[in-house]
Amino acid sequence: MSIQQYIQAPARSVEKPKIRASSVCVSYGDREVLHNIDLDILPRRITALIGPSGCGKSTFLRCINRMNDLISSCKITGEISLDGANIYDKKVDVEVLRRRIGMVFQKPNPFPKSIYDNVAYGIKLHGLTSRKEELDQKVEKSLRRAGLWDEVSDRLGASGTSLSGGQQQRLCIARAIAIEPDVILMDEPCSALDPIATARIEGLLHELKKKYTIVIVTHSMQQAARVSDYTAFFHLGDLVEKGDTETVFTNPKDNRTEAYITGRIG
Amino acid sequence: MTDRNNHPLSRDALPGLGARYAAERRFERYGKIAVIFSLAFLTFLIGAIAIKGAGAFVKTEMRLEVTKELVTTYAEDDFTLLRKVILHNFSDAQGRSGRKEAYNMIAVGAEEALADALIDDVPEISEMPATFDLWLPASDDVDMANKAGLTQETLARASPQAAQWLQELSDDGRLKKTFNTGFLINGDSRDPERAGIGGAFIGSLFTLFVCLVLSFTIGIFAAIYLEEFAPRNKLTAFLEVNINNLATVPSIIFGLLGLAVFLNYFGLPRSSSLAGGMVLSLMTLPTIIIASRVSLQAVPPSIKEAALAIGTSRIQAVFHHMLPLAMPGMLTGTILGMARALGETAPLMMIGMVAFIADAPGSFTDPATALPVQVYLWADSPERAFAEKTAGAILVLLFFLVLMNLTAIILRKKLEKKW
Repeated sequence: MSIQQYIQAPARSVEKPKIRASSVCVSYGDREVLHNIDLDILPRRITALIGPSGCGKSTFLRCINRMNDLISSCKITGEISLDGANIYDKKVDVEVLRRRIGMVFQKPNPFPKSIYDNVAYGIKLHGLTSRKEELDQKVEKSLRRAGLWDEVSDRLGASGTSLSGGQQQRLCIARAIAIEPDVILMDEPCSALDPIATARIEGLLHELKKKYTIVIVTHSMQQAARVSDYTAFFHLGDLVEKGDTETVFTNPKDNRTEAYITGRIG
Repeated sequence: MTDRNNHPLSRDALPGLGARYAAERRFERYGKIAVIFSLAFLTFLIGAIAIKGAGAFVKTEMRLEVTKELVTTYAEDDFTLLRKVILHNFSDAQGRSGRKEAYNMIAVGAEEALADALIDDVPEISEMPATFDLWLPASDDVDMANKAGLTQETLARASPQAAQWLQELSDDGRLKKTFNTGFLINGDSRDPERAGIGGAFIGSLFTLFVCLVLSFTIGIFAAIYLEEFAPRNKLTAFLEVNINNLATVPSIIFGLLGLAVFLNYFGLPRSSSLAGGMVLSLMTLPTIIIASRVSLQAVPPSIKEAALAIGTSRIQAVFHHMLPLAMPGMLTGTILGMARALGETAPLMMIGMVAFIADAPGSFTDPATALPVQVYLWADSPERAFAEKTAGAILVLLFFLVLMNLTAIILRKKLEKKW
């Protein structure tokens, strides 16, 4: 452990987690797909969820903003809290929750509206501004933060679906950050993109983590190693290992983790 | 150069390939024959109706000489004036039966045309010439004979006297064919010369409007509820099966239902386009619900997820994002449902829209009839002249059906969005 890491380590451990999952079990019908997950996600860090297909990492991600509510057979026990408040409490309104926790999907899914409307929609929906100039500013700011402004500033009226795959995904990121959430969930945001577009998104993640807490599900271990501060390794519904990305990748404690990151399983 | 039969990649290298190709060619031939057959039937059907119905859009007028003396003498009574004018022109009409035959040369109700012509086309009494000519609608028998071209066969159908007059009139150029505007704007009539589809057309418009408003709104909301909000349980599954089955229920059953519920229970006015539209919307609802659900299902789930993840409520996700994408499909389904409703006769008969109604309806509760019902009524009429009216009405009906289906296709192509 380097000196720098040594100095940083205690500071991290006292930091309050942004999201805390404790004994989370998820089942679809009779089949339990996540067993007893305990995981703390620290603010303004990138946490990567890795693991082979079907290990439950995406399911876990979707529990955080309650997208699993859409699936009627999905049952969740345990507790997930955002800033100490249980998100599965009866008083919680999912619209408010999703306003605080944004999401970017695997396949870029801009609305079939103009680029401007894609970003402005959430702002208007949540009534974050009522003045046109302020709305314009917010749209521009979001597009700039998503690194897309320079490419689309001259054609904000063009359809969001007319952009390239990488641009569409950055538009989706701009759409997610336009409503100023605390957390951004990303479900394999680069799996449908080419390496250059992927590199741009990864560069963007480094910028975004200064302001947002990011949880990213990824299939690519290299990507997890490149972008994340923390890594959680899921395998067959179990959270096998969690910790500093560097530790998990260089010195895994569990031999399943080692097998996965060295390419023997998965 | 190798011999073709010995080439390793020739057809003969694979046994049975020849038979497979032959089967393929046979299948293609069967397909072509089937298409040719159906096209031939369609052409025959439409062609036959078109030939028969073309006459309905044309009517025969007869030039009659009118004298100032007659006009001034019988100014008070158009009916008598017309008879005197007819006798003046057919002066060789002998006796009671001869006069009657002369009267029968001119259309029933032509006195109105005569009165109108005297007001519109002829100078005031003071400046009226002693004699002048007017064109008046001929009777249906003259009309039919003239359109058929005054052959031996058609002349033989008329009495000797009438046949002689017809021949003379034709030779003198006193018969002409004009466009029959009355066919498009008049209401129904017992006299083929005066009968038109105007009333039935307005009735159809009123009925379809009621049907559209009811079935489009109810259908789309039902589809959205079933697709997006209904809990997935046995009751919903039962409802779905029933809606799908309703789409295949014979339309006359819906007519009976309308008769029992709308007319007898709720006491809606009989024969009204309101009741007709309601019955037709019962019939089109399943079609619209099914089409709307299919188009909602065709919206990519990623769009819905994107909306929900931003924090929309479920209703907002549906109305802001899914509905605009599903709308082309919904509209297409609706127009096709409307086209089916436009061509429907049986349910309307059950609620009394089959009655003889001469006037176009002025409101939704007025007695009305509809185009297909008019076709049915005329097809039943004994007068031979109604045969071409029937075919003419069918042509108009077909025109609107094709127009609606075309609109559906164009709409679908235009509004289709890519994502």
